Amino acid sequence: MPETFLFATEVALNGLMAGVMYSLVALGFVLIFKASGIFNYAQGVMALFAAMTLVGIQQGQVPFAHAINATFGTDIHNFGWQAPALLAILLTVGVMIALAWAVNRYIFRHLVNQEPIILFMATIGLAYFLEGIADLMWGSEIKRLDVGLPQGINTWIDETTFTIFGYGFFIDNLDIVAAIIAALLVAGLVAFSQYTKQGRALRAVADDHQAALSVGISLNFIWVLVWSIAGFVALVAGIMWGAKSGVQFSLSLIALKALPVLMLGGFTSIPGAIVGGLIIGVGEKLFEFCFGIGQCFGGFINLGGATENWFAYVLALAFLVFRPQGLFGEKIIERV
Amino acid sequence: MLYREAGDFKTSYAADAQTFPLAFDRWGYWVLLALAALVVPFVVNDYWANALLIPFLIYAIAALGLNILTGYCGQVSLGTGGFMAVGAYSSYKLMTAFPWMDMVSVTLLSGLVTAGVGLLFGLPSLRIKGFYLAVATLAAQFFLVWLFNRVPWFYNYSASGQISAPERELFGLVLTGPNAASAVQYLFCLAIVIALAWFARNLTRGTVGRKWMAIRDMDIAAEIIGVNPLRAKLSAFAISSFFVGISGALFFTIYLGAVEVNSAFGIQKSFLILFMVIIGGLGSIFGSFAGAAFLVLLPVVLKLVGVDLLGWPTTIVAHLQLVVVGGLIIFFLVVEPHGLAQLWRLTKEKLRLWPFPH
Repeated sequence: MPETFLFATEVALNGLMAGVMYSLVALGFVLIFKASGIFNYAQGVMALFAAMTLVGIQQGQVPFAHAINATFGTDIHNFGWQAPALLAILLTVGVMIALAWAVNRYIFRHLVNQEPIILFMATIGLAYFLEGIADLMWGSEIKRLDVGLPQGINTWIDETTFTIFGYGFFIDNLDIVAAIIAALLVAGLVAFSQYTKQGRALRAVADDHQAALSVGISLNFIWVLVWSIAGFVALVAGIMWGAKSGVQFSLSLIALKALPVLMLGGFTSIPGAIVGGLIIGVGEKLFEFCFGIGQCFGGFINLGGATENWFAYVLALAFLVFRPQGLFGEKIIERV
Repeated sequence: MLYREAGDFKTSYAADAQTFPLAFDRWGYWVLLALAALVVPFVVNDYWANALLIPFLIYAIAALGLNILTGYCGQVSLGTGGFMAVGAYSSYKLMTAFPWMDMVSVTLLSGLVTAGVGLLFGLPSLRIKGFYLAVATLAAQFFLVWLFNRVPWFYNYSASGQISAPERELFGLVLTGPNAASAVQYLFCLAIVIALAWFARNLTRGTVGRKWMAIRDMDIAAEIIGVNPLRAKLSAFAISSFFVGISGALFFTIYLGAVEVNSAFGIQKSFLILFMVIIGGLGSIFGSFAGAAFLVLLPVVLKLVGVDLLGWPTTIVAHLQLVVVGGLIIFFLVVEPHGLAQLWRLTKEKLRLWPFPH
């Protein structure tokens, strides 16, 4: 049994790290939902778009190369230069800000005062649109993303745990870096919203749109700002996931994984997104370990694997039945 | 000039409450039905039936079902693909377990099985609302797809994990399997669509439909005036799933013939049908048909223009299709959030006054 316990601990630790990744995506959702009441389904695709743009700029790809070649019969692919990682990241941030502006100017400004469900549909449309554009611009093949983050097993943890327990834990350096960056990001966001003028305006808008308007806060500016921040968070998430498993279509599916995280944590709470991510990450890894591949209780229950596909949703569903607003969400008060 | 209610005198309540109050609409409806049932099956070729007509009819059923749940009762569901899978797999199990059973019974029973499953997954809707519910229905989607993938009983322990429809006849004509004539399949789907659309139309304008709409517009207020939310929501889930299940069964037995659950009933299918409902118009029977026709036609048109006319590679056209679909959804929402059905309604209003609008 102690051996199983050690395995389970390792699985839980890795789940914690995966949870950080989920939280990173969920964070972008919460930011936009709080500030504008838009449930942004496109957050995952934004991460994909950001990561693809980053790789494209880094490797000096010509945008829309495939379409241009197919139309004009040319054969162009690269500009022939490689951009340094930092410059590429800055340029990508610029692209994400432009995207935030365009999304607000051409979509959501026309949809003010529509029902939430209509806004949600619009973001699904945006997700399709962005996905298609990203594929057209940079090609749909799997790309390797390398901005110089450390990867591979952390030997220090491996050796230390080996001397203590006689069993070395496998933890990826990239996950540790992701956890640190996520912590920095959250700290930065909290500092920004607590101690800056724009941050205060942002909180005011999140509280009450009309009251914020009446004290002279520009809603348009705040929305562009918050979409830019969400774009930046998406870029960070895209870099982490891209470095982990390559930049490819499945990256946009992490948005779906972020949804149960949000339900657990509550749509309006930043700490909720973090805690929810960690619970989901640990929960699904442990469940898969114990019941999915039947490692606990002597293989008492063995569901045949791949339970990670649905466990998060079922957990969130079961949880919501008892607490409909999530862990940290605002209490729902309904009036006629 | 023809499009007037003038001179068309209603002498009974039934005539007053009919679906098409204008004589022109009524005649148009019967002419359309006659064309679809008596002319189309004899002139259509295999390509058009399989690429356009049959998928249109099948998706129209699914869109009708989702429209009942989302458009009329206001419960957003992202689990349509999963429920379609339930319909497909129950029709497969019924066909293989009871080879003597005729296709009408198989299809209806698959719908009933799906209605039961839908009822089960509709239970949380009593506590969970809005987006939380939408995400909760994702649990149904992923869990059901996983279930049909992992439990070999559902696909009769076949090595490939696929299910394929055995050959069945109806009135001596081959209906399923590779030897079926597409005109027969088309007529079968058409009959079911007409029956279900008639059912849905009459359901939504009766007591049940009014209760659904009351729940949609404000559930607390509806509860106060005496609508039982438990019954209203669960009946919407059950009937919606019944429609979706039949659509899934037809999708498998008639349209595809062989199905792998991940590719045929994945999350993309749920979104596709949601788009049909939104582009067509939430809370409209006509809208379900319009949306289904639009989204079935769009890829075919894009392929004709992109691949055959401009000579682009299929991958680029596939990406372009994403861009166009996404762009169109946004465009429709910005211009007309109530979809094609609302455009149609406005056109009819204008037509009634034409050519003297003042």
